[in-house]
Amino acid sequence: MATAKEYGDHADDQSGSTFALTEEDHTLGNSLRYILNKDPRVSFVGYTIPHPSEERVHLRLQTTGLSARSVLKDALKDLMAVSEHVRVTFEKAVEEQKALQGVREMSVGVSGKSGITHQTASTAADAT
Amino acid sequence: MKDRPSVMDLPDLPKGELPAHLELQRTRVVCAADAPSYTESVQYSGAYMAFGVDNSLRLEDFKKSFKVEVKYINDDDMEFDMIGIDAALANAFRRILLAEVGGKFSVSHLAQILILSVVPTMAIEKVFIANNTSVIQDEVLAHRLGMIPIKADPRHFEYKADDENANEKNTIVFKLNVVCTRKGDRVNNASVKSEQLIWLPEGSEMPFDTKTKFTAFGCGQDKLPEFASSPICSQYPDITIAKLRPGQAIELECHAIKGIGKTHAKWSPVATARYRMHPEIVLTEVLEDDLAEELVAKCPAKVFDIEDLGKGRKGVKAARPRDCTLCRECVRGEDWEKRVSLRRLKEHFIFTIESTGSLPPNVLFTEAIKILIDKCQRIIAELS
Repeated sequence: MATAKEYGDHADDQSGSTFALTEEDHTLGNSLRYILNKDPRVSFVGYTIPHPSEERVHLRLQTTGLSARSVLKDALKDLMAVSEHVRVTFEKAVEEQKALQGVREMSVGVSGKSGITHQTASTAADAT
Repeated sequence: MKDRPSVMDLPDLPKGELPAHLELQRTRVVCAADAPSYTESVQYSGAYMAFGVDNSLRLEDFKKSFKVEVKYINDDDMEFDMIGIDAALANAFRRILLAEVGGKFSVSHLAQILILSVVPTMAIEKVFIANNTSVIQDEVLAHRLGMIPIKADPRHFEYKADDENANEKNTIVFKLNVVCTRKGDRVNNASVKSEQLIWLPEGSEMPFDTKTKFTAFGCGQDKLPEFASSPICSQYPDITIAKLRPGQAIELECHAIKGIGKTHAKWSPVATARYRMHPEIVLTEVLEDDLAEELVAKCPAKVFDIEDLGKGRKGVKAARPRDCTLCRECVRGEDWEKRVSLRRLKEHFIFTIESTGSLPPNVLFTEAIKILIDKCQRIIAELS
């Protein structure tokens, strides 16, 4: 079961803690570290994977005053917002390209790919 | 005196812009002949505070500068450019495409954990071999069968736990029954192809007394509307599974189940997903005539073109930097490093996704992004 545990430094000062995330690896660790680094309220952030056989990430976060937990949550929301924007932009670009390829195929009168020299692609298409 | 220079023109005044050499370090990887430099992306938000430049991530600025350009897309693969994103995120998407598309967290645990409705794949997991007199060992044959991509929409199936019974909702059964015979000079079935894997919609045909774990299909799979029109088979019919000689036979049955690439690469929905940074070639010296011709001839990827400078003189320009493979031929040899600067743009990624066929590549990338978003949501839920 995946968990996220916070190990704070002091009971009264929440600006520095280590978060232990289970069932995570570099995929989330590195991207979170990037987003957190880019946050001006962060004074230190780093992540480590204590042992490669265990799926555990330790994320160290020190802020300029705010509680580390809130800054981490903001960073997660930012990461979600960035990914969502990537997705929307990507889907729009795919639609445009497909429309463009459709027009090209109709005008050239070729049934099949337009201008792609991938041999594997054409054999797969023939097979399916 | 009126023509004293204005304070604003002084060279070291922080104008909110980085000097050229720092901008180079921030945005480009310089690929010298021996090693690349400035490979790490400058992440810290306060890195350039002394210049009055804010290096933090502002969502509005990101949205303005982020671009996606799809170069080509078809059912099997696609190539697209992502401009304005960092390597950390590009790598996260690549990792998810390879290993986690198809991920689903343990269903038996609490509602805190969000269940991802994502795109997994089907692959052969268990092989029951009744007869194998070929030279291919049982385990090698089973491994090869597992790697065959199966043309079945995984969204119609459920995950199967080890102790669960195999039923029509979580298993696909195939059989393979090939005997190699000789008819005079002709040899039949010398090569066993993946199209010879026959789908058994009614379930396993293995006799009960062989004590193999058989399937309990409630109803035939071909009765279900999803499969009535498109029978389940291998994605590519011409994959060689084994080679036989006369007298050898293979008789086996396989069960395919749902899984993700993390468990075993056979469940990975992409043949591969890769990215590279867009190359940039800058000619730091003006090259003419002989040197220009030499440079054009040197490049094996034909990146350079001769341009006419007029009066019969020839110059050179980098016409197709995208084709550059960074082979460093143009900087090899004496003095060439001074003339040509090979660089990579740190924020411009050329992504290639090759799907194994169960789903189109753009769907896979969209699913990968959804998985990253779900991971974040899960942790937010855990922290609250």
